[in-house]
Amino acid sequence: MKSIEGPIRNASVTESPANATPAIQVNQLCRHYRMGDTLIRAVDGVTLSVKAGEFVALLGTSGSGKSSVLNLIAGLDRPTSGSVIVQQRNLSELSRQDLARYRLHTVGMVFQSFNLIASMTLAENVELPMRFAEIDRGKRDDLVRGALTRVGLQARMNHRPSELSGGEQQRAALARALINRPQLLLADEPTGNLDSRTGTEIMNMIGEFNRQLGMTVVMVTHERALAERYAQRLIFLADGKLVRDESISAAIASNAIDRARTEEERR
Amino acid sequence: MKLPDLTELAVRNLRESLLRNSLTTVGISVGVASLVAMLSLGIGLQQLASRRLMKSGLFDTVVVTSRRDLHGFNREQERSGPAPGESRILDESTRLEITQIPNVTEAYPDIRFITELRYEDKPHLTTIAALPDSAKSTDAFDTVQGNFFSSDTAPEAILQKTFAEELLGRTPKPGLDETNVAELAAPLLGKELTMRYAQREAQSPSAIAKSASPNTVSPAKDDLSSAAYSVISREQKLKIVGIVDLDPESMRGPTRGRAFLPLGLAETLHVMQPTDLREISRAASSQPVYSSVSVHVKSPGQVQNVEDAIKKMGFNTFSILDASRSIQQFFKVLDVFLGIFGSLALAVAFIGIVNTLVMAILERRREIGIMKAIGASDSDVQRLFFAEAGAMGILGGVVGVALGWAIGQAINFGTNVYLKRQSFPPEHFWSVPWWLVLFAVLFSFLVSLAAGLYPARRAARLDPVQALRYE
Repeated sequence: MKSIEGPIRNASVTESPANATPAIQVNQLCRHYRMGDTLIRAVDGVTLSVKAGEFVALLGTSGSGKSSVLNLIAGLDRPTSGSVIVQQRNLSELSRQDLARYRLHTVGMVFQSFNLIASMTLAENVELPMRFAEIDRGKRDDLVRGALTRVGLQARMNHRPSELSGGEQQRAALARALINRPQLLLADEPTGNLDSRTGTEIMNMIGEFNRQLGMTVVMVTHERALAERYAQRLIFLADGKLVRDESISAAIASNAIDRARTEEERR
Repeated sequence: MKLPDLTELAVRNLRESLLRNSLTTVGISVGVASLVAMLSLGIGLQQLASRRLMKSGLFDTVVVTSRRDLHGFNREQERSGPAPGESRILDESTRLEITQIPNVTEAYPDIRFITELRYEDKPHLTTIAALPDSAKSTDAFDTVQGNFFSSDTAPEAILQKTFAEELLGRTPKPGLDETNVAELAAPLLGKELTMRYAQREAQSPSAIAKSASPNTVSPAKDDLSSAAYSVISREQKLKIVGIVDLDPESMRGPTRGRAFLPLGLAETLHVMQPTDLREISRAASSQPVYSSVSVHVKSPGQVQNVEDAIKKMGFNTFSILDASRSIQQFFKVLDVFLGIFGSLALAVAFIGIVNTLVMAILERRREIGIMKAIGASDSDVQRLFFAEAGAMGILGGVVGVALGWAIGQAINFGTNVYLKRQSFPPEHFWSVPWWLVLFAVLFSFLVSLAAGLYPARRAARLDPVQALRYE
């Protein structure tokens, strides 16, 4: 992987994991949907906090509410009740316009299905957030080239997503997520559509962004091993509720105990 | 998002669904073309009518009469101002005074009388009118067979078609085709007519005294009170130089007559006029009195000012400017109707745009979700859809104007071919003024934006989470 340089290195987020100020504070967060007569409690009273520069993994089975929490932190959705406070701003109180601005400047997102715009080339996809941010056209070409070079796609700039492998598409999505120098990187199952080797490659990149730039990373995954390898903290969700929130050392220890207990039971 | 980015994205999005967007744009073009075609037809007809009316000399003419004429054109005018007896007299000095009014190009007396014209020793009683030299340029004499008068005092005559028929004894029977003017001209042009008329000749004071009866009241001391004139029968030879197809009953001012003389000649003949009996003391003088004077104004727009100035001088005036206003109003209404018909096609195009953009939202639902996830605001998305609608509108407008213009040219050409076959001069029925081009493109743009309003709002309000789930 190429070393991280250029605009990302100059990003304003330089706080260390040790910094006590929470980058994200989630309080009694609820997101309920109505489906006919049934009330779906996708997120049900979740409270958690993420420190600036921390790498947190949200784990849980399908339908546990991890992606819903991520969408609420990303400002893509609004909570039914409770609050998400990011850098002293309560997202529930932001207007639609301010929320869009928050997504543009504070958050970078990567998705399981990459979500690149199929009709645009990689360069155009990466340039798109800068168009919304009204960055001068003269500067954009260099920034796009730099971002794509950083993720090793300088030779694929004018290719469309359909001409690339899954790993290349996710790398391009990462370049797009970081182009406006956000403080938070939110990743929703970033390796879900990739083989393990490519998945590792992508996770190495995310880990490096976290370590070198001090970016706060919240990643949704159902792969515990992956989370243990890269995250500093694991948060477990089930049925929309937070069931466990532990540091990586505690998680590994409890995992070892769990495994030993299972082994013993089997014997 | 800045305008260049917005435009660039809109254009590239339009290129992505090229066929569908092209068809929508063609729909707009057809709508605009129909609007342009209808309106340019209306404008062309209006201009044609205006040209014709202007050339008729009716709309830039003011007829001036004295308030001493008890039956003026305007009874309201009669009621206001001084009593008829105290009103000013319309004579040569007044005519000259009128010519000094700004924007007046010409003021000439209306000389018209009924008299006998002899052709091949047969008498024919008819109305004779005097024509000024300027009548030559009116459309009334466009189709004259032969020539206009060689000079303003030439002993020449132009005959009205029906009078020419009468001279030749060819009065057409009702229901039969009208006689061709050219057929009448052949035997008459260059022939001589003899006009018998009543000439007014001033009498000397001694002759007046001799003829006075003992009971006559002593004359007052002013010079004119004892004036008198003789009425003498005279003859004037006239050469027929032209035959013209005019309606003698029309309101064409000086052309109300069945035979015409040059004005200069008519003035030197001192033909007895109806006003000569009322203005007996003045008619005997060297300065004749006129029953009416026709005043030509530079443009119809100046008619009102000139009329006002003449009224201030103490005369009655009449113009058919009001009729002109009614015609303008008629064409405005016609334009509105044609515009409405033309807009129907544009209304269909409007629905086409809405359909295209709503389809685009469905197709690009996920794309909209992605854009929102990476920071596009509602207004960015809304403006993007507006820009796409607007781009289709402008392109459709430009192509539509060109198409409308081409349709107009084709119809103009076809109509002129037909007119030529019917021996009519070519006409320009179609007019696409520059303002119509701008209006059509702007209208198309605005209609397209209006059509984009609902889809753009819908796209902007799209929930990004739902949109991202959409496959």
